[in-house]
Amino acid sequence: MSIEAREARQPWILLSPTLTVITLLLIVPVLFIVVYSFWLRTSVGDVQPGFYLDNWADTLTDRFYRDILLTTLRIAAITTVVCALMGYPAAYFIARAKSNKALLLLLLMLPFWISYIIRTMSWIYILGTNGALNTALQWLGITAEPIQMLYNETTVILGLVHFLLPFMVLNVYVSLDGVDETLEDAAGSLGATKWQSFLQVTLPLSLPGLAAGSLLCFVLGAGTYITPAVLGGPRDAMFANLVYEAIIIQLNWPLGAALSLLLLAVLGALVMIYNHFLGLGQLMKGLG
Amino acid sequence: MSAVTLSNISKQFGSFTAVEPMSLDIPEGQFVTLLGPSGCGKTTTLRMIAGLLDPTGGEITIKGRRVNDLPIHKRNLGIVFQNYALFPHKTIADNVGFGLRYRNVSKEDAARRVREALELVQLPHVADRYPSALSGGQQQRIALARAIVIEPDVLLLDEPLSALDANLREDMRVELKKIQHRIGVTSIFVTHDQAEALAMSDQIVVMSDGRVEQVGPPEEVYNAPASEFVANFLGASNILPGQCTGRQNGTVVMDTPLFGTVPVPAEKAPNVPGAGAAKLVLRAEKLQLVPKGQADPDQISAEAVVETVDYQGQAVRYFVCSGDTQLQAINMIDTRPFAEGDSVSIQFRPRDCAALPGA
Repeated sequence: MSIEAREARQPWILLSPTLTVITLLLIVPVLFIVVYSFWLRTSVGDVQPGFYLDNWADTLTDRFYRDILLTTLRIAAITTVVCALMGYPAAYFIARAKSNKALLLLLLMLPFWISYIIRTMSWIYILGTNGALNTALQWLGITAEPIQMLYNETTVILGLVHFLLPFMVLNVYVSLDGVDETLEDAAGSLGATKWQSFLQVTLPLSLPGLAAGSLLCFVLGAGTYITPAVLGGPRDAMFANLVYEAIIIQLNWPLGAALSLLLLAVLGALVMIYNHFLGLGQLMKGLG
Repeated sequence: MSAVTLSNISKQFGSFTAVEPMSLDIPEGQFVTLLGPSGCGKTTTLRMIAGLLDPTGGEITIKGRRVNDLPIHKRNLGIVFQNYALFPHKTIADNVGFGLRYRNVSKEDAARRVREALELVQLPHVADRYPSALSGGQQQRIALARAIVIEPDVLLLDEPLSALDANLREDMRVELKKIQHRIGVTSIFVTHDQAEALAMSDQIVVMSDGRVEQVGPPEEVYNAPASEFVANFLGASNILPGQCTGRQNGTVVMDTPLFGTVPVPAEKAPNVPGAGAAKLVLRAEKLQLVPKGQADPDQISAEAVVETVDYQGQAVRYFVCSGDTQLQAINMIDTRPFAEGDSVSIQFRPRDCAALPGA
């Protein structure tokens, strides 16, 4: 075999284990889901194979599903904005820290060592009627009765921000770390104040990281079901909760399949739009 | 009026003294170089003038105005950074015009000044490109254009040529000096390259270990070094121990074990006391090798053996041994150089020597 032919084959040989795993564990199951979505659950509860469009008709026309999809996207969007506003200053601080950068990054990663579910549940001990905050308020005499703070949209967003903030900080950090500090010195020497230098130079150069962090936060936020299940009330269900409900509670796999494919399509489209304008390379940089 | 005055400025980082109290007066329009090895405090000094570092003590005035507490953006300085520091997301025209946005300059005026600055650095055709599309040398010219378009009170240059390759560096050196001369801006240039310093400066400030070793025009610093450090940092010198035995006819008479009596011009030995231990400074370029026994009787000479030959094309650097003293000589050649092991005579003129106090 020629050297060129061997070199051309090499990437495929190196990729083959990963490709095998992805094909077997991701692509094949998704294809199953696609097939399922065209089956039908009969009134007696068993599943009828075939090519029925009933689930898709339900999914795409029922206002209930549409409203929850919009609520999901709205909650994800608010979460993303809050993460960006809170994460950017933190990332800037870490990127410009003269020492202890490694320690600060380690502290940022620390929450990942604890299960996401445990972290979400911990809010119950803080905000619950017998939680730390209510106990403190009553002890201080500010309130007489416990206040109901949990189980609404705000606590869902709070939980999501808690979960997603490190992703935002890391992405923005990577971007900011690559911005040469002498650029700000140069802008300053030319007459720009610190704030003007930031707006003119640092912020535009860090936008790719902000965009990558935002995409991650949005997609992960829109796809979550644990946070609304633990911290939300009955009316705060997000789209992934519908999928969970359809598949686990109602055992209606065909409907659950159609719902999950709709969410996949919407989020996939967002990733495509992002890729078109900014490129996924930046996202990879942030994850690496 | 002085453009820049430093009065006893110093800088401490914790317990480390980066710059010991130094004073310097830079007249309007001069090109002053801070020269020294890395870690000598030259960049720290420049950054204090720029407003990027606070001096620990002392006072900095620019055009008669005390600027210690003035933030960088109010100092009206042009700074050219070693790594160019061009804004990668802005076009060349926007880069050069950046400083004009913060000055009361109309759009038409700004456009004209940007165009003129680009013409001055001979890159009028790149206005719409991005920095990444330019070569290193071109980027450095743009950085210069951006710094001078705002008509700064002082131009600060932080090793601006060190990222360029050797040939380009020499071209840029000539061009930078030409542009500086044309616009007449007071300039402070930081470098560790003695050739750059000698070629470009009106005044050289030689620094070492946070101290100023010598301040003077290039010829003075080169010909009459004030310390052993200066003698060795600007070119190669042989430093020979000796005694000063007195003064006569405008010379300081030095007695050295190797060469006997050497009358050094008094202006090249300003700090040598009337009598006592002193050192003879003999530049490697001024020490000449001739075939054994053919020394010029008007020059001072000694016998020596060639130890090492470092051939450099138009010149050769020899290390020779005379008695047990090793000496360095750099000679221009137009024929075959001497070979290792050759016995030769070494000679020099006393007026090419300098002397330093101390043993």
